[in-house]
Amino acid sequence: MLLGQRLRALAGWIATLAVAAAFVVAVAALLELLSQPADARTQILRGYEWFVSGDLRVAFDLRWDPLSATMVLVVTGVSSLIHLYSVGYMEHDDRRETFFAWLNLFVASMLILVLAQNFLVMFLGWEGVGLCSYLLVGFWFNRRLLLVNPLGRLVPGQPDDTREVWAPPAAKKAFLANRIGDVGFLLAMFLTFATVGSLDFDVVFGKAGGLASGTATAIALLLFLACTGKSAQFPLYVWLPDAMAGPTPVSALIHAATMVTAGVFLVARAHVIFEASGTAQTVVVLVGAGTALLAAIIAIGQDDIKKILAYSTISQLGYMFIGVGLGPIGYAAGMFHLVTHAFFKAQLFLGAGSVMHGNDEDTDIKHFGGLRSAMPLTFWTTMAAWAAIIGVPLASGWFSKDQILDAAFEHGGVGLLAWVVGVLTAGLTAFYMSRYVFLTFFGERRWPEGRHPHESPAVMTLPLVVLGFLALVAGLALSTITGEGGRIQTFLEPVLGGPAEYESTAAALALSVVATGMAAVGAVVAWLLYIRPFDWLALRRRHAGAWRALADRLYVDQVYEFFTVNLGRALAAFLARTVDQRGIDGAVNGVAEVVGDMARGGRRLQSGLVRSYALGVLGGAVLIVAFLVFRP
Amino acid sequence: MRVGPGAYLLLSAVLFGIGVVGVLIRRNAIVVFMCVELMLNAVNLSFITFAKTNGALDGQVLAFFVMVVAAAEVVVGLGILVAIFRKRSSTSVDDVNLLKG
Repeated sequence: MLLGQRLRALAGWIATLAVAAAFVVAVAALLELLSQPADARTQILRGYEWFVSGDLRVAFDLRWDPLSATMVLVVTGVSSLIHLYSVGYMEHDDRRETFFAWLNLFVASMLILVLAQNFLVMFLGWEGVGLCSYLLVGFWFNRRLLLVNPLGRLVPGQPDDTREVWAPPAAKKAFLANRIGDVGFLLAMFLTFATVGSLDFDVVFGKAGGLASGTATAIALLLFLACTGKSAQFPLYVWLPDAMAGPTPVSALIHAATMVTAGVFLVARAHVIFEASGTAQTVVVLVGAGTALLAAIIAIGQDDIKKILAYSTISQLGYMFIGVGLGPIGYAAGMFHLVTHAFFKAQLFLGAGSVMHGNDEDTDIKHFGGLRSAMPLTFWTTMAAWAAIIGVPLASGWFSKDQILDAAFEHGGVGLLAWVVGVLTAGLTAFYMSRYVFLTFFGERRWPEGRHPHESPAVMTLPLVVLGFLALVAGLALSTITGEGGRIQTFLEPVLGGPAEYESTAAALALSVVATGMAAVGAVVAWLLYIRPFDWLALRRRHAGAWRALADRLYVDQVYEFFTVNLGRALAAFLARTVDQRGIDGAVNGVAEVVGDMARGGRRLQSGLVRSYALGVLGGAVLIVAFLVFRP
Repeated sequence: MRVGPGAYLLLSAVLFGIGVVGVLIRRNAIVVFMCVELMLNAVNLSFITFAKTNGALDGQVLAFFVMVVAAAEVVVGLGILVAIFRKRSSTSVDDVNLLKG
């Protein structure tokens, strides 16, 4: 028991070391992979036979190729840093050993997901990360969180609004939304097995070209339904903002850097199926573009710093789906953005966690301002990630986002539409992210009396520094400024294929100027509104109706609530009151009633008087005799 | 004067009728019992009469059967009666209506 208590204090370090060790192993395996010639870089580790059922043979095989290597490195690398950060962040939580156990379980599930060699093993990881997401979103199941009031006045020291939100409903919402997507995954697997006869990636992708286009479209769209659930795309994205009820490291790890990118990875992994169906690719691009724009618009109206980042994540995931939906021209771009996004969004979340940690767990952006001097490390690293996400030239997001937009422009057709939406979204992204950093770190100090914002301990700031550094340089390290594919493109090409030819550097730069210019406009507007002495709260109150719509997430959740909860309830009430109570119960009770009436009539015959029975016997005897006598 | 079988049968019918009426209208269980015995013996009389008339032994054999069964029935029936009387201090058949629905 004594040892248990001591180990409990060490839980965080044990968990961190485990993930860090996995990262070291992954790097070693990557070096080994890089020593192979490019076309021999797909290695399959034959595991044991998981189960056999009729014609279905499922082996627990793992696949190590450039695509899974990319994911494994991102997952273990970012996880190591976030685990380290969590040691500081969760220091005072009395269930931290549970927290770290779940966090490690998540990493394990995620690794199974990305290393799988067949759909069912992938599904195992897919469900595993979903479960861990549910558990960790609901980790603080007994904590009340104050809901941020969008129109509230600034009353120092007092919460603006007394409404409360709870973690358990958020966890359930995440679980249910993911469940809808998972049904898609299951149906896709059924359909694949029914038509191809195997779930092994090599077999399925080998035969995918021969599938009827209708079947390929159905499988691809069902898989994409699973992606919209896991990766928070329209129409199933609504769970992600609510999932912010979980601890901030969870938001950073699961709901920004790794789990939510599983959908992008799935499309890239199953790209052969998507290529067999032009319709599915178009749907992926359109949904990605639509989600990117919608989430960016909603992000403008959020006051909760974690909600801003959540919508930002949804929006950036939309970019990734544009990339992987475009075909060979965009796969590497989508995966590239996945990698850079993992760095800068993890940093932004951890930075937000650091801000909350230093500000009594407050998440309302209206209560910050001027934190620059109080939390210098958090500030500078967040600025690095800010530069990356809005696409400041040479920061990582500039490379990856521009590569997606280039690919979209090159692709033409639906890609052009995606390009326009993407450029517009780039402007909005720059606006809401600038709003976030300006209101948090610049301007006047608006925090309540008695609060003393302070920098977080080194164990938390070290991951911030590393991630901030990566957010700045990852793009330069993995790509090139020229229009030709960068290192990550070359690395992924054996698995994903590449475009027939690359566009010229000049064209790429010209397109980049448009997107970067749009971002600059967004940032400048944010500067005009939120840094200059300007009463933005008054502006907000003047347009209270429009603002309320933005803050209330454009009422999407309410529409869903109407269609799922209310209509569901109405249907349930109809079934319960009319069908069940009147129809089924009526039939059952009616039969019982008839039998009961018959029995009530029958019991009157049983008088209990022996003499009346004797009379009955006599009557019967007389009848028999009469029958015998008068028988014809 | 020779008495014909018709007279025996008539006597038998009268005795049976008296028994039936007794069973139906009397409440005292012992009297009811006696009436049942009366009916049984009226039937016995008919059996003997027919046996004599037809010159066959079947009726006489059957009469012995009836006597044996009646003896057994009396033993069981009186046993039940004693048990009921101990329980209810009454020999009225109308008081025993446990099977009333």
